[in-house]
Amino acid sequence: MFINVTDQQGRRHRLEALEGFRVMEVIRDWGLDIKAECGGACACATCHVHVGGDWQDRLHAPLDEEIDRLDEAFDVRDNSRLSCQLLMSEELDGLEVRLAPGTERDRRDAA
Amino acid sequence: MSDTVETDVVIIGAGPVGLFAVFELGLLDLKCHLIDILDRPGGQCAELYPEKPIYDIPGLPEVSGQELTDNLMKQIAPFSPQFHFSQMVTGLERNADGSFGIVTDEGTRFCARAVVIAAGGGSFQPKRPPIPGIEAYEGSSVFYSVRRIDAFRDEDVIIVGGGDSALDWTLSLEKVARSVTLVHRRAEFRAAPDSVKRMWALHEEGRVAFRMGQVTALDGVDGQVSSVAVKTADGEESLAATRVLPFFGLTMKLGPVANWGLNLDQNLIGVDTEKFETSEPGIFAVGDINTYPGKLKLILSGFHEVALMSQAAKRIIHPDQKVVFQYTTSSSALQKKLKAA
Repeated sequence: MFINVTDQQGRRHRLEALEGFRVMEVIRDWGLDIKAECGGACACATCHVHVGGDWQDRLHAPLDEEIDRLDEAFDVRDNSRLSCQLLMSEELDGLEVRLAPGTERDRRDAA
Repeated sequence: MSDTVETDVVIIGAGPVGLFAVFELGLLDLKCHLIDILDRPGGQCAELYPEKPIYDIPGLPEVSGQELTDNLMKQIAPFSPQFHFSQMVTGLERNADGSFGIVTDEGTRFCARAVVIAAGGGSFQPKRPPIPGIEAYEGSSVFYSVRRIDAFRDEDVIIVGGGDSALDWTLSLEKVARSVTLVHRRAEFRAAPDSVKRMWALHEEGRVAFRMGQVTALDGVDGQVSSVAVKTADGEESLAATRVLPFFGLTMKLGPVANWGLNLDQNLIGVDTEKFETSEPGIFAVGDINTYPGKLKLILSGFHEVALMSQAAKRIIHPDQKVVFQYTTSSSALQKKLKAA
């Protein structure tokens, strides 16, 4: 199965995904630029994605924890999700997501 | 502040691996000072997941980040480590006699015979909103913390966020600012319920404004903000503002480590796997910040690394002393150090 991920520069990538992996892990393991610094604990909001097409309605609803954590993300929209909270399964084959602003890894832009 | 702290080892980072380094170094009679940008020990365990269970610490089937931190603090207490919190190491250089000079952004100076970098993913710093040109306003009219309340007196303050920092400063600055507007993406907050209640009460009285939306742009000249654009459900609105405080939590940045002349590989410090020493003799790197073939970013890997690193540090600091390998279970000398005997 595959997911389609548009990166922060607007490039679309078709990534093979394995059942049971988090969407964040698929994006990270294929080497795309995703900070995901808490490693999937729903604790940092740096794996924020905008879900494309009609996929939002086909995903399980977010838990309160995920909705709360989105408060620390940027450009949050109705179709915002944390990709570490989306588990790959056959139903998600073909999922479309776009990496949201603020998910880029540190590029030594010492604040 | 001008006095230099003399010590055997300075540990940069007080996360689980930095804390356990105190133990292993302590068994070899080396004294440690730890520096951390957070205001408490624990690193990521304290900041990112204090309540989350960890399942892969040997001997602890399930432990929370906070419990692990508390246990480590108890375990290293016999060695009386000295902590320097809320400070970031800005300078690290070798002195003429081979020791290291370390200085923090608070001006604290150290002289150590060895340095252990246990800085994890870097230093926790406030998240910067991806608003074009925001850097130009930072430090003059955009702030990520409140150091002096007076800097907000009679100003038009926009506070962005929905957690405790946003709510607490809304309540505090309302007393001195000319106006306070809280901007948050929804009408629910993660802050203490009492703070939220008090904020809504002030809102009722017309003393605090609230906009449900997100800041998309800043306008101003010479580092001085004059207005912010807020995107709401009804469209875009421009709000007059002279101070902006974004509170979106913390994120890890490598920071000054990049400037210390160490061999870096994608923001990680390369080390050997015998001593976990960097390209600079006497400077070690342990835990998530180091890299070597086969590296796994696990707390347990960091624990292993500090045990080996400590042997090497001992040989550098006391080249004249023989390092005797002993077990805490059987060595009365070690037990005495642990005050367990």
